[in-house]
Amino acid sequence: MNIIETRNLTKTFTSRTRGKGAARTVEAVKGVNMIVRDGEIFGFLGPNGAGKSTTMRMLATLLVPTSGQATVGGHDLLREPSRVRERIGYVGQSGGTESSLTGRENLMLQARLYGLSAAEARQRTTELMETLELASFGDRLVKTFSGGQRRRLDLAMGMVHQPALLFLDEPTTGLDPQSRVHLWAEVRKLRSAGTTIFITTHYLDEADALCDRLAIIDHGTIVTEGTLDSLKRAIGGDVIALGLDVQNGSVKRAQDLLLAQPYVRNAREADGGISLVVEGGESALPSVLRLLDGAEMPIRTVSMARPSLDDVFLHHTGRTLREAAE
Amino acid sequence: MTRVIRDTRLIFAASVKETLRNPVWVIVGLMQPIMYLLLYAPLLKNVPGLGGDDAYNVFVPGLLIITALFSSLFVGFGLIEKLRSGVIERLRVTPVSRLAIVLGMVARDVLMLLVQCTVLCVSALFFNFRPDVLGIVLLYGLMILIGIAMASLSYGLALTLRDENALASMANLFTLPLLLLSGVLLPLTFAPQWMRTIADVNPLAYAIDASRALVAGTTGDPSILIGFAAFAVLTGVFALWVTRSIRHAVA
Repeated sequence: MNIIETRNLTKTFTSRTRGKGAARTVEAVKGVNMIVRDGEIFGFLGPNGAGKSTTMRMLATLLVPTSGQATVGGHDLLREPSRVRERIGYVGQSGGTESSLTGRENLMLQARLYGLSAAEARQRTTELMETLELASFGDRLVKTFSGGQRRRLDLAMGMVHQPALLFLDEPTTGLDPQSRVHLWAEVRKLRSAGTTIFITTHYLDEADALCDRLAIIDHGTIVTEGTLDSLKRAIGGDVIALGLDVQNGSVKRAQDLLLAQPYVRNAREADGGISLVVEGGESALPSVLRLLDGAEMPIRTVSMARPSLDDVFLHHTGRTLREAAE
Repeated sequence: MTRVIRDTRLIFAASVKETLRNPVWVIVGLMQPIMYLLLYAPLLKNVPGLGGDDAYNVFVPGLLIITALFSSLFVGFGLIEKLRSGVIERLRVTPVSRLAIVLGMVARDVLMLLVQCTVLCVSALFFNFRPDVLGIVLLYGLMILIGIAMASLSYGLALTLRDENALASMANLFTLPLLLLSGVLLPLTFAPQWMRTIADVNPLAYAIDASRALVAGTTGDPSILIGFAAFAVLTGVFALWVTRSIRHAVA
């Protein structure tokens, strides 16, 4: 079963420029079609401003779509938003816990707002504090929490009503490496317990470590979608990264030269050099080196690898994720 | 409906807890009216024509209304903070009644206001403040109305402006002229005609006249009905506005 299905979901923001009458429109999401299957960790990978959060916020009932349709948790997003809310949990980028309350008080309030009785809420809070290992600090005021502690509380807040689907918007942004790994482990535990998780991220390693399936979103549209393996395999071949001296059009010249070779499937300018997709990297590499050497184009660095998610991103958008963020 | 009442109680209880954990606000809120009482009211006593010892029975009712106005007009700061930290967004994903979010916070603000006013009244008793008993009960009713109206206005502005500085400027823009034209610092009997004309359409001026009449025990005074009616209308308008705003709030 699919827990999320969308059809041509769009969101256009209108901002009135001060003083001038003309309204400026920004198409943040331009027709997103996607499915999320029951029980998987589904990731939305893309640079900031790509439309990840906007799409997630529409699916979490926080924003009304400009056009299109979606069902979330078996209910129509537009006609039955309150039924959708019962089935989903949402953890926003900034969390949204009350800093003057303790962790336990926050969880109690959240549970009561989801309709649990005081006794049920107390039981659920204790349970969550144990499973998410909040017990040792959960009775302190949230304002005294570290970043990682706060994020674990945020996760617990999204789970109080045992939703079938949990939205996590950039869950590890700003966390130290140890806290990130800890949070990933918690997310995997939730999936094992049967929760579907929809996560947005602009970190490649996060998408790689966590997601079963992934959609890459750029400029408001999904450019590709699939399992991690299928996305990487679809590029076909190995990736050779060449560092070149980037003056007087040498990169462009090298690119033309390489694209003319039968074993080169793709050559793109990237990060002060060229990123090549080749068939049979082991035999192609010496030819590439000989070719550029013969054309008197000095190579500064060279590396070869199986395609990474960054290569997938580059392949579909024409830029690396790091370049896209700039 | 039961959902609204239940959720309002939950939000109210959490809000009160939060406020009490930031005692600076509570203490400052209590200090301000007492400073007026200690540092301003004694000046009035010696102004000819203000009734000597009776000065407090004229000044304190005005001070109560001003306290109701001022302390409620700045509650929006807390909401801007909640918008920024994602608290409101988190609440909007839960099935909580949107109306209850506002009602719970406004109920907390009114409670804080009543505590402030009670401290003020009790302190004023030491300065020969002698209010009519029925009058003061009715006056609490009026202050609750003002509190709801002004807190709703403040939350509405907070949701529209979303910026602390803009909210502070806006609140000051309203309060200072209203204060000066209300006749609370000095009765408008001293005022030139044009100021009195403006005061005639200032709901706050009616509220202050009503407050004085109630404290004096002249419950038949027409300003009482006008004061109540004016703030009943304002309360309705502002409460409706803020409820609509929070439904559409995105941040």
